[in-house]
Amino acid sequence: MKIAITNGHVIDPRNQVNQRCDIFIQDKTIIAIEHAPEGFKADKIIDADKLIVSPGFVDLCARLREPGHEHKGTILSETRAAVASGVTSLCMPPDTIPVLDTPAVVELIHQRNEEAGYCRVYTLAALTRGLEGQYLSEMAHLKDAGCIGVSNVMHCIPKPQVLRHAMEYAASVDMTVFLHPQDEGLANHGCAHEGIVSTRLGLVGVPEAAETQAVANFLMLVEQTGARVHFCHLSTARAVQMIGRAKYDGLDLTADVAAHQLHLTEMDIGYFNSQCHVQPPLRTQRDCEALRDAVASSQIEAICSDHQPHDVDAKLAPFAATEPGISSIETLLPLSLRLVNDGLLNMTELVDRLSTTPAEILGINAGHLGVGAMADVAIFDPTQHWILKSENLISAGKNTPFENWEFQGKVMKTLCDGKLVYDASSTA
Amino acid sequence: MKQSNIQFDNTGKLRHFLTIEDLPKQTLIDILDTAENFSTVGTQTVKKVPLLRGKTIVNLFFEASTRTRTTFELAAKRLSADVLNININTSSTSKGESLLDMLRNFEAMHSDMFVVRHNQSGAAHFIAAHVAPHISVINAGDGSHAHPTQGMLDMFTIRRHKKEFHNLSVAIVGDIMHSRVARSQIHALNRLGVPEVRVVGPHTLIPRDAHALGVHVYHDLREGLKGVDVVIMLRLQRERMSGAMLPSEAEYFSQYGLTEEKLRLAKPDAIVMHPGPINRGVEIESSVADGSQSVILEQVTNGIAVRMAIMSITLGRKQEN
Repeated sequence: MKIAITNGHVIDPRNQVNQRCDIFIQDKTIIAIEHAPEGFKADKIIDADKLIVSPGFVDLCARLREPGHEHKGTILSETRAAVASGVTSLCMPPDTIPVLDTPAVVELIHQRNEEAGYCRVYTLAALTRGLEGQYLSEMAHLKDAGCIGVSNVMHCIPKPQVLRHAMEYAASVDMTVFLHPQDEGLANHGCAHEGIVSTRLGLVGVPEAAETQAVANFLMLVEQTGARVHFCHLSTARAVQMIGRAKYDGLDLTADVAAHQLHLTEMDIGYFNSQCHVQPPLRTQRDCEALRDAVASSQIEAICSDHQPHDVDAKLAPFAATEPGISSIETLLPLSLRLVNDGLLNMTELVDRLSTTPAEILGINAGHLGVGAMADVAIFDPTQHWILKSENLISAGKNTPFENWEFQGKVMKTLCDGKLVYDASSTA
Repeated sequence: MKQSNIQFDNTGKLRHFLTIEDLPKQTLIDILDTAENFSTVGTQTVKKVPLLRGKTIVNLFFEASTRTRTTFELAAKRLSADVLNININTSSTSKGESLLDMLRNFEAMHSDMFVVRHNQSGAAHFIAAHVAPHISVINAGDGSHAHPTQGMLDMFTIRRHKKEFHNLSVAIVGDIMHSRVARSQIHALNRLGVPEVRVVGPHTLIPRDAHALGVHVYHDLREGLKGVDVVIMLRLQRERMSGAMLPSEAEYFSQYGLTEEKLRLAKPDAIVMHPGPINRGVEIESSVADGSQSVILEQVTNGIAVRMAIMSITLGRKQEN
């Protein structure tokens, strides 16, 4: 199969391409850019006139809910939503049921994903067995099975010594540790930022210190163990500052932020809007602005969706009793494009935060469109206006706080592994 | 996004009573005036008015309560409504039936009003957002969020003794952090124009952002009591000790317990209030609780008239003079 993508505006930060040019694909690989190879006869021509052609997006954190929570979503339903959003590679955390701590679970996921056939699914292994924070998981076996990193997600590791050893062991099997900085004790089962809104509504608050103390803790251990770590989903200005400082002092760290944290604050909870129940919680305007600035300055290197689809009932209860999370993979691009419209990012930086850098963080061969690269491509119209209606989401999870938001920017076509996996014109 | 002020119906009438926070001053005054009219019903030989005859009111109590539940029950009965008391053990509901399923069942019994108490903040809002359009919801206490009928009966009691709100100084003492009563009182006092609302307690029991509620924060009881017209003591829960927020009841009493000696720092005609039930010797000395400045039992009596007012207004029928 030979495909030509013509007349599009190609943006590829890695290869410093930012111009109108054509891309030529043979089977699974990009074989030429700009000028067609001699004798190339396309079986399919995709006209990308007035559209942006970017390497497919790489989402650092998306829960697919399979195995374990198939009533909320499946690998099939959620990877289909992913490609409709331009995501061609995604990484799922290990808090499945059963926990992703044995090669069998990894194999199951890869097998199901192969059957689905939409996008690439990467997995993080549990850092500790059962995520229980007691014993190390079989990281080497899990790496052999295909896991590309380890994480204990939001589950705490009660003994600092276990955390230390887990980080050391991860370093010796050369796996990145994905850390979610939230101290469970200080978070105190809170469900909103400890601040004006939690005070007004009488909700248990998660103080800023729950994040900053965890960051401080982790930073000391990184220094000591030499582990390679990535900080997931920062929510406070202070944590951004601390990580910036540590990088300046020479630690090799990366960090991401969930797209919704760049647009919502504690105020959006209003009167107990459970769609705004997320972990870490929505913080203050000041935090939100610091996170946006950090994305602009690449102090925070990547934007992820932190996709968490839910069934309807999960959000139908008094605020604290609802399950946290947003079905957010379909708003990843439009929310990020708002940063371009707000003047914080240019289009190259946007593609960098959504694709090139997250691919580097995961250590996968993706996020660029050079000759020889895998043909993972997102083609989107950055100007098209649309209004979000939750019932139109492709994800099985309709839980979103962005109902009726007006967005600009829509994915038109997605190619993964040289295959057209999403075409807006044929599904409309 | 859901409409934020779901307390009013399309025609601007008060339909639910969930929080005082976003109610206009006139609504609060109307409630107090209506309650004033009802306050004589309890002293008549026939303690009943036929205003809500034929209406069915369901008291849904997901959390134990004696005082609030019985005064709601009495208020409803004095308005001639039929009352159903349902005490639900939250631990048993969490296993099976969802809150919403349970509501659908009571709706199906053609109820007109739910009076709801629940241990989760926002429970009353949640229920109000999901009930059938003909049903009114009254919040009888949700988590640490609001207890607006208690707030209103406290305003009623204050007005009876002090006549006006615009020249008052009020101190609320104790566990502000976990108190739905304090939050409702603070909103009501601010809305009614009280210029000085103070909260008094240790840092562990006062939210860091308490000032955002519109109060002055004091950590020293003596300072906080100086020159106030009204002292409101809050109940201290035992859990505050196990949660490491306080060292002991004895130390709390020595620092924040109201004694006759400390009360003398307030204005000579200051009144002492408490939403009950009181812990004698923990937050208040018996001689103060039973003393001449105490209006604690009056609060209970007033609770019936105020709840009658709120029920009749939300069900759309005011008491005519």
